[in-house]
Amino acid sequence: MDLSLLERRTDHEWHIAPSGAMRVPGILYASQALVEAMDHKVYQQVCNVATLPGIVQASYAMPDAHWGYGFPIGGVAAFDAEAGGVVSAGGVGFDISCGVRTLHTGLTPGDLEAVKQRLADRLYQDIPAGLGSTGAIRLNHKEMDAMLAGGARWAVERGYGTKADLERTEETGCMPGADPRAVSRKAKDRQREEVGTLGSGNHYLEVQRVEEIFDEEAARSFGLCRDEILVSIHCGSRGLGHQIGTEFLRRMLVAAGAHGITLPDRELACAPLQSDLGREYLGAMRAGINCALANRQVITHLARQAFAAVLPPAELRLLYDVSHNTCKEEVHVVDGVKKRLFVHRKGATRAFGPGHPAVPEALRAAGQPVLIGGSMGTASYILAGTTTGMEQSFASACHGAGRAMSRHAAFRQWKGRQVIDELAARGILVRSPSSRGIAEEAPGAYKDVSAVVDAAHQAGLARKVARLSPVICIKG
Amino acid sequence: MGVRGYGATRNQAFEQAGLALMQVILDPERVEERESIEFQCEAPDDELLLVDWLNALIYAMATRHLLFRRFEVRGEGHGIQARAWGEAIDPARHRPAVEVKGATYTELYVGREADGRWRAQCVVDV
Repeated sequence: MDLSLLERRTDHEWHIAPSGAMRVPGILYASQALVEAMDHKVYQQVCNVATLPGIVQASYAMPDAHWGYGFPIGGVAAFDAEAGGVVSAGGVGFDISCGVRTLHTGLTPGDLEAVKQRLADRLYQDIPAGLGSTGAIRLNHKEMDAMLAGGARWAVERGYGTKADLERTEETGCMPGADPRAVSRKAKDRQREEVGTLGSGNHYLEVQRVEEIFDEEAARSFGLCRDEILVSIHCGSRGLGHQIGTEFLRRMLVAAGAHGITLPDRELACAPLQSDLGREYLGAMRAGINCALANRQVITHLARQAFAAVLPPAELRLLYDVSHNTCKEEVHVVDGVKKRLFVHRKGATRAFGPGHPAVPEALRAAGQPVLIGGSMGTASYILAGTTTGMEQSFASACHGAGRAMSRHAAFRQWKGRQVIDELAARGILVRSPSSRGIAEEAPGAYKDVSAVVDAAHQAGLARKVARLSPVICIKG
Repeated sequence: MGVRGYGATRNQAFEQAGLALMQVILDPERVEERESIEFQCEAPDDELLLVDWLNALIYAMATRHLLFRRFEVRGEGHGIQARAWGEAIDPARHRPAVEVKGATYTELYVGREADGRWRAQCVVDV
């Protein structure tokens, strides 16, 4: 991105002055090196989002921002329904509520060493991954609607987890306001056999080691200690979320004129929050969030079973579950006044600061855990929400590294076998149904997650708590 | 990931875009023609029609667990009828790299090139 287009306010805060149809400024949080490496399309997309009706304060880009559909991935924008604000299917993204959950195991690397291969094989066997895999659960109409209304709570009620899991999940595991009737038959058809499946692409289950602690006090509050073994699960709402996104994007696009909305990009298709279509999308999107929460909950259950078979002393307790692609109704202070806003976070993590009532009591003093996924060979991070982040970006932080290279370019550069062997030499076991998928997801195809996390920390969006290194990766 | 089809007609470009979609997932040569299904799509313009066509294929693959290797697109104006030939997915034999989850409006274009050929393209999400 051309730095001359931006006004630098601090080391990690860059502004785009409103021009043309922009209603608010654009604000990027990143180091100079990250901004320079960003595609010019991110600039264009931040500006486009700033033109949408009812946007409040600014159109934001997180340190990992990269070119997305309509909104940049790593884009955040809040809208005021009373001021004609909109909800955008493109602003949420296709994989609704794609997210990460991290679990404690109570194990150390020593416990793992002798059974590492067996555990990797067992996890790979028990957790459906990749195209063509199906879950063990088949949902009939009634159960589908119950899952879409109940989220992780639905899964726990059916024996896939514990009440303690729900306390450690955003929205205590069940997104209110979900409307299963707003979800089409086609979307439900795509999910019928997919509950409890990882999917493919960049989705994974990873066994990790706490490599370094940056903030002892927050780590204590999160129950983290150096060398503890953790499990992280990254996946979303599978085909159902995609179908909801596809269908509503098209309907919003066709209806934009009737709603008096001029779209700078078709992928920014949106509808007024106070319209029938806007309300219908919110109901469907919230059902999509519940689908993702249920999915991660069932996968958690499968991971527990696999650990119990190989390492019975393991006790998988949920640290936290965060969602990346959402639109949530939240109260934020704007110009000293509390306002109820609809915050879109696309490829961005909610990061409530210390004391926020939505954060579980045991974690509240430290702030909400922000779980940043890595990419097979690279580190993952745990951060905590901050008070400054609450004010700077509607309590939002980055979500991961972001791709530096297309899948096609990665496939030309690496072979799956070579990636697996190189990682094995570093003590990282990878299991995946697809060799080409591994090549396309090679660690080198991603940006440096540490630089992204450092920028989020320096910008005050969230603060670093711990770095995790991969041990086993089950890749979809 | 982008898919792009060229053809002497719009419909041929749509067929090639279907093949490009498969190429994102796997080498279509590994798919055998054991069954076929019929599609019908209608949209306000050619570009939305391309997205609808690719999304119809994606939906059929997801819900019927199919992969395709050949396509035939018929019809004029803003409606098409089409047939796709393929077989049920066998992960061990087909070794699919990734699941395509939706066609998008990004880089979406359907039109004629200077040499008269048709080009049909968009980005698909995996």
